Amino acid sequence: MIEIENVSKHFVSRDRDRVAALTNVSISIRRNEFVCLVGPSGCGKSTLLRLVGGLLPVTQGRVVIDGQQVSEPRAETGIVFQSPTLLPWASVLDNVLFPLKMMKRVTRDSPNRAKSLLKLVGLDGFEGKYPRELSGGMQMRAGICRALVHDPDILLMDEPFSSLDALTREELTLELMRIWREQPKTVLFVTHSIPESVMLADRVVVLSPRPGRIAEIVPVQVPRPRQFGMEALDEFQRATSRIRQLIFGVERTTVH
Amino acid sequence: MQPAGSVSSSSALSAPPSTESYITEPRPLPAWFVEVVLPIAAIAALFLVWEAACQFFAVPSYIIPAPSAIWKETSANPGNVGWHTLVTTKTVLLGFIVSALVSLPLAVLLTSSPLVAASVYPLLVLTQAIPKVALAPILVVVLGTSELPRVVVTFLVAFFPLVLSIASGLVSVPPELIELGRSCKANRWTELWRIRLPYAVPFIFSGLKAAIALSVVGAVVAEFVNADAGLGYLIQTSTAFFKVQLAWGALIILSIMGIVLFQIIVAVERIFFPWSPGIDKPPV
Repeated sequence: MIEIENVSKHFVSRDRDRVAALTNVSISIRRNEFVCLVGPSGCGKSTLLRLVGGLLPVTQGRVVIDGQQVSEPRAETGIVFQSPTLLPWASVLDNVLFPLKMMKRVTRDSPNRAKSLLKLVGLDGFEGKYPRELSGGMQMRAGICRALVHDPDILLMDEPFSSLDALTREELTLELMRIWREQPKTVLFVTHSIPESVMLADRVVVLSPRPGRIAEIVPVQVPRPRQFGMEALDEFQRATSRIRQLIFGVERTTVH
Repeated sequence: MQPAGSVSSSSALSAPPSTESYITEPRPLPAWFVEVVLPIAAIAALFLVWEAACQFFAVPSYIIPAPSAIWKETSANPGNVGWHTLVTTKTVLLGFIVSALVSLPLAVLLTSSPLVAASVYPLLVLTQAIPKVALAPILVVVLGTSELPRVVVTFLVAFFPLVLSIASGLVSVPPELIELGRSCKANRWTELWRIRLPYAVPFIFSGLKAAIALSVVGAVVAEFVNADAGLGYLIQTSTAFFKVQLAWGALIILSIMGIVLFQIIVAVERIFFPWSPGIDKPPV
């Protein structure tokens, strides 16, 4: 469904140097596949996500979604950012409806759809509240509803849980898997956390740092539905240690 | 046998934890007390000290009149003082409204592109470099002795900080909110209208508060140079005739005007934009 074909991205820095963020990245993502992007800081994970989202232009190569080359943001793609980025002046319901309003696709049924999404993430009863009245985890839930409200077939998530505490993070990881099972979508998920990536993904794309290249694509065969506790499975261990090796190198993964 | 003191202390230790905590938290005072009663009491105290000092040290009233003397002289002719107050209020409000109407589009223009900013910004700085008191008599020659030069001076004094705060509000939108707008296929106008302007609301109000205070300053400066009415004119004429109490009275009315207009803006922000965090609350 998403074809990333030999994509490179350069930025021009302030002193006019060209900085390569990504070089020759090729990935082919199937419909309704869950793919995680993992790598050290500055390896271009978020950049790759923005290239797929059409928020940044590619320097070389191309991104093709359903046969269409991506040149601008696509209506059928939902994005969840690192921070919840809710509009402080709008209620939770209006925040969730925001993409529909911007794209002039509000129908009579839209508020009901938004409410059922809020119910799906356990926020029913909070429609009229303002973002500042919500905890960080609840804000992130509302942000996920907003990304789903126009029923996109692709969901791009840029380290969505990184600002949350560990317990909320696990809770939302489970919830995301449930939503994905109930409303299958193609998900591209950027994270720093190796266990999180293995818990969520069908395949984990490991990027090497500066310039970002694909080190390896690690398939995760842990059976679904997944839950916490599966970290003990051999397959889980194999996948996490492989990713760790790819990021840190073999000799640095053991403590002497 | 144990001394009595240790017995009582051991019984205190074994006692169940009472509702009284060891750490006494300061009880928060009610909002009406902190926001209304305290400020008024502080100002009343100032006037009391002023009155007492004038009486005690027998300060001659042509140097610093006592509040009672100011009140006596100012309230002697309420129609006249009221008329001057009205004239000044009109100039202040007209200047303020023009500032607001000019500043908003100007700030949007300034933030629209670096090229526009680079060419417009020096002109703005130029208007601020000109001393307004020096400009006022020249404006009278250009624009005539009507109210217009006074409104223009008021505007020139008041608008600059407003432009700066609106512009900084428009550019301080988090990049992720802009990306959200772009991912929802917003064009520049919807981005401005649905994201940047609402985000800038607290900044706009911060600028409006500065602008209303400066509008009072600007109107009085303009009245000093050219006017036949207004509180600035009243101060000038009454000091010229050594009616110092009346000049002080006009000064106090100007201060009250400034406070009331400022509070009106605070109230508008609270009523119409309750979600606005109010970025310039006093640092407590």
